[in-house]
Formats: sequence, C-alpha cells, structure tokens
Amino acid sequence: MTTTALAPPRRRTRRAGHRGHYPLWFYLPAGVVYGVLFIVPTIASFYFAFTRWNMSGTEFIGFENFALFFSEPYLFQGLVNTFVYGLLTSGLKVVLGMLLAVFLTSEIIARGYLRSVMFFPTLVSTVGVGITFTVLMDPGDGLINQALAAVGVAGPGWLTDPDLALISVALVDVWKGVGLATLIYIAGVVAIPQEYFEAAKVDGATAFQNLRHITLPLLRPATATVIVLSLIGGLRSFDLIWAMTQGGPGFTSDVVASVIFKQYQAGFWGLSSAGNVVLFLLVAALMVPLYWKLNRKEVEQ
Amino acid sequence: MFSTQPLRRSAAGAAAALTAGLALTGCSTGGDDEGTLNILIDNSEATGQLMQALADAYTEAHPDVEIELELRPGGTEGDNIVKTRLQTGDMTDLFFYNSGSLLQALAPDQTLVDLAGESYMDVVTDTFKDGVSAGDALYGVPVGHAVGGGVLYNLAAYEELGLEVPTTWDAFMANNQAILDAGSAAPVIQTYGTESAWTSQLFILADNYNVLAAEPDWADEYTANEAHFADTPAAAAGFEHLQEVSEAGFLNEDFASLTYSEGLAALVAGEGVHYPMLTTALTEIEATDPEALEGIGFFALPGTDAANAGLTTWLPAALYLPQSTEDQGPAQDFLAFVASVEGCEAQSAGATVLGPYFIDGCAVPEDVPPAVTQLQAYFDAGLTAPALEFLSPVKGPALEQITVEVGSGIRSAADAAALYDEDVKKQAQQLGLEGW
Repeated sequence: MTTTALAPPRRRTRRAGHRGHYPLWFYLPAGVVYGVLFIVPTIASFYFAFTRWNMSGTEFIGFENFALFFSEPYLFQGLVNTFVYGLLTSGLKVVLGMLLAVFLTSEIIARGYLRSVMFFPTLVSTVGVGITFTVLMDPGDGLINQALAAVGVAGPGWLTDPDLALISVALVDVWKGVGLATLIYIAGVVAIPQEYFEAAKVDGATAFQNLRHITLPLLRPATATVIVLSLIGGLRSFDLIWAMTQGGPGFTSDVVASVIFKQYQAGFWGLSSAGNVVLFLLVAALMVPLYWKLNRKEVEQ
Repeated sequence: MFSTQPLRRSAAGAAAALTAGLALTGCSTGGDDEGTLNILIDNSEATGQLMQALADAYTEAHPDVEIELELRPGGTEGDNIVKTRLQTGDMTDLFFYNSGSLLQALAPDQTLVDLAGESYMDVVTDTFKDGVSAGDALYGVPVGHAVGGGVLYNLAAYEELGLEVPTTWDAFMANNQAILDAGSAAPVIQTYGTESAWTSQLFILADNYNVLAAEPDWADEYTANEAHFADTPAAAAGFEHLQEVSEAGFLNEDFASLTYSEGLAALVAGEGVHYPMLTTALTEIEATDPEALEGIGFFALPGTDAANAGLTTWLPAALYLPQSTEDQGPAQDFLAFVASVEGCEAQSAGATVLGPYFIDGCAVPEDVPPAVTQLQAYFDAGLTAPALEFLSPVKGPALEQITVEVGSGIRSAADAAALYDEDVKKQAQQLGLEGW
C-alpha cells in the first residue's frame, strides 16, 4: 500500500487513468467492510472518549477524560518511552535491514536459505516471541545470562533492571521485525539497474564506493517505506511489551498503548477511549508530515 | 482482468461463511443446554478444588444435573472478562467472583439477581452479607473460608534461630536482621516476576487492621475523599514498611523475576523465611507438596502496638447469579446447596480447610495445618478487621505497579502514597461517588 503511494507522481496519473475502467460498485464490498469495521468504530470511539462509560451506561462529561488522561502521573514517562521505543526500533531496522539486504543480495553461498532464515522471525506470533524471550532473558536461569556467565560476564537483568527493560524489549522487536525491513530493502537493491554498477566498474570504483554512491542513494524509496512502516509500528507497539514486561517493573517500560490498555482493564472505558484518540492524533501528527517530507524528497530527485 | 463469475461465487461463499459463523456464535452464547449448569470460575488451584468438591457433591445428589466449570484467568485480566461477559449478556449460568469493592464495580443492581429474599441466605453470616450487598440487595453466596492477609513463615527457620512470632514492626525487623546475619536464607520473599506483581501489595493491603487501630474512621473518611494515604501516617506506614525491608537488603536477590509459585517454593524450601501473603496461598503450597503445609506458620502483619496485634481479613469470593441466566431454577437450587451445612461439609471433604466458614452451623475440623490454627486464634480472640476493599469501594488499579516500584527502590514510599492517592481518584469518579 505504502509503496504504491510512494511511487513517482507520473506513474500515479497513469493509474488514475486506469481507474475509470472499474465501475463504482466494484469498490462497494471493500468500502462496506472498511466502513463497518473501521470508520464506524473509529467515530464511535471519538464519541465515547467524551463520556464516563461504565457497566450501567454512558454519561457525557465533555473533556474531563482528556484532562484526566493528561494528568496521569506515569503518562509522561509513557510518552517518552513511546518515542524512545519507536525511534530505536525504527532506526535499528533501517540500519540492520539495509546492511542485511546488501549482504543477502551479494554473491554468497546458501543465499536463498539465509534469506528465509532472516525472514522467519516475522512469521512467528508476537506473543510467542515475547514469552520465549522472557524465558531466555531471565536474569538467573535465562539462556542469555547463562551463556554470558560461561564466558565470565555477569549478565544484567534484561527485563528486571528499570533502566534496561524497555531497551531489551526494543531489541527483541528489532529481532522480530528486521526480516520485513530486509525484505523491502532486498526488493530495493534488486531494482537498481546493473548499468550503474557496470559504469562504475569502468570508472574503477571500489566496492565501498559502489555502496556509498550507488546503492544507498537509490535505496531512498525503500528507506522511506521502512521508516514509515516501522515508526508507525513502533509508536503504537503494545503486544510485545505486554507479553514481556506488562509495562514493568513498575511503570518503567510503559508506553502510551500499555497505559491505555491498563485503563481499559481497570474498567475506565471512556478514559481509555480518550487515550486512544490522543494516540491516534499523536501518530497522525507525526506521520503525516514525515510521510509528506519523505515523499517530497523523492519527487525532487 | 477478472471475470465477474469467480468473484460472485466467492462473495456467496463469504456470505455463507459469515452466516455459519453467526449460527455458531448463536449456539455458544446460549450455554443453557438442558440440565447443564455452566459456572465461570478463576483458574487458581484453591477455587478449582472447592468448586469441584461442591459440583461433585451436588451432582451425586442430583444425577440429572451436569455441572461444567469454565476457567478464566485471575487478576485484572479476569475482571475484564467478567465485566465484558456481563455487559454483553454472555455470562454463564453462575459465576465465581470476589466480594467487596470488585463486586461493586460490576454494577450489581443492573447485572445480578438480588438474593435477599431467598430463604437459604438466612444462614449466611452478617459479616459476609456486608461484603456482597449494595443497598438492601444481597448478591452472593460464599464459597470457601475466611482469608487472612499477613506473613507466611518457615517454622523450621524460626526454631533454628530461636525466633519468636513478632507482634510489632520493630520486632519483625529485628527478626529479619537475625535471619540476614545467619546468612543462609533471605529474610523477606518478594515476587515481582511474570504476572506476579499483585503479590507486592500485601504490605499495604494487609496493614489495614493497624490503620484502623490508629484511625477508626479511616475507611469512611477515605471513601469520602477526606483522608488519604499520603496524609494519614498510619496508612502511609504500609508503603514505608515496604521501603524499609527493601533498603535494609532483606529481600531475596531474584525478587524482580521470581513468580508467585516460585516464591512459595522458596518459602517451603527455606530459601526465604517470611513471605507476606494471603492464606489462600496455603492451597497452592498443598497442591505441589501436601507435606509442606506442616512446615509453614502464619502471623498478622505487625503494627506498632504489641497488645493490639490483629489480623486483616478478606472475605472469600462468592457465587453470583447474573440476570442473563434464562432458567434460574437449577442455578438457585445449586446456590441453596452451597449455602448449607451440606455445602461446607462437601468443601471440607474436597479441600483443606483454611479458616472459618461464613455459614452458620459449619465447623472447622480439628486436624488443620499449623498456619490455620494460628489464623483461627486471631478470630477466636476477636482481633480481626476487614481489608479496606470490604469497607470502601475505592481501590486504585495501579497499586501493584506502585508497590513494585517501592519494593524495587525505583520510587520512595512518600511519593508512592501520593501517586496512589491520584490513582484512586479515577476509580472514585468512575463509580460516581460523592466528594471526588
């Protein structure tokens, strides 16, 4: 979806020409599904965000939920954590994904096998990954710290140290998500015409110069896609954090989404709807300009 | 590109699948197959044993009835399931749930059947009725025994070190120091690992007897937003105690990752000596090793006054009848059985008795584990007070995270008490209480 939108405008106009071939009803089924399952609940949640909603019904209370949401003492830390988590996972996925893609498109043995291995974590259930890594990262009996102890290093409490818990979860997120970033980058690398490399060869360019002056600049569309996808994913990430730390120890690895979930669990349905509206606006306020900027750069090329 | 033919066919297929899905849902929501009584219970060992014993005894007397126990998780996740199922009218015929403030959050007047007029409620003690009533209506039938919140301790370690059961906080800390100096075990077990953060709340929740001893009007003033944890020294003491044991280095090294059941195992093995916990934990201990109960003792969380060392008690959970149950006859009959002497005899036969019952005429057998004898002593001496959640509907959802932070040294006790006061505000407003 994103790749289509990121394509140069010239091609987009041609698409628009195609669009005339389809009659309107062709869009109807998708439109109905999208409307019923997405638009209606979204609008409903905007309404419920302004109510005190409990077992007995709803009561309209204006902006009180929003005031309450912003006065949550641990919300600020949740916001900071959300950005740390989003930027860290997104940044690492870009860097690692690009390096892995360059590596996996070079002439190496077992290339197809390595590509599948790389992509495999993406296919595993997030909660499964979370539980597995919680066991592996146990400070005492966990495999990671046992292995570190074998070489004489005292491993940290990956998920129990308040300073480290969020970073540990972010690293697992990268492990799980880098396969998709790599896949997008592989597509980007493969799409670079061989002529450039041949011309560079004639000029006597080294492998590093090839990478620096041909591969990296021409990977910009792929980079834009990876940044947009992983940053959105990172900002609203919840499942992995919940599976691994439940926001703990205490509130130290809470993100906005887990704060909202805890409010929902506590039965504050109106309050958690307000939190969701805030998260929605926050992600939109961040992603729309970023998306627009990344798109613009590409057009200028 | 596509011909429209396959599209139509698949659309029809999708519609058929959707209809089938709806039909299936329709079946499963009914849940009232002839002669089957569905009961939703939490997945703890203690609840399972008691309910299984009751169900077995009942079906033996009524062979035409089949009882199916459906499991749900405990904690906030379980609360969420119960609320959602009640709200959507998808609840089982009967369900097992906490009494006290958690019950109040279910809006019982709109979701549950009032049992006040039923004759079988006459034998339920008034203490319990207070915990399951709203206004004049009564909603629950007690299952299980009175529960004490205090400190489970390793009897062998106490004997070895020549320690006495402490009746003041200072004596408790002195015992902890002696255990630390002996060097073979951790004085206090804490367990903040996966899904065990709730265990961190005991220092605050089980201190309510001591709070009430110092401030008799605490519960009412707290509910009315006139007294708070941060500005009531007796109430803030719970947070301070947790900070003290943590700062003194009395906690087990792996407190941050240990789970509840691992903590109990450490207590039994003598790796830790004190574990602040509810007496329901005795069932969990018994389930893994029945012999182990003989080595576990229990005392109330100590306060300041040795002469008034009393116990904070919890009412057991209850069975409730949701309004959505279509055929209430069999459900009512089962409730009448639970609220009878035959009911508690069935419970005594199927599970270890861990404290007094709340049904008139039900006696606690002679041969109970030592911890239960110690628990019973508090009841016999009349030194008991209910936990705050049975006196006030106000309980904040984030207490367990806050106490984990205090126990881990992330947050100070004073800061934590103030933060918890903020947290309860949401609950009070959600309940629409006066003065918040």
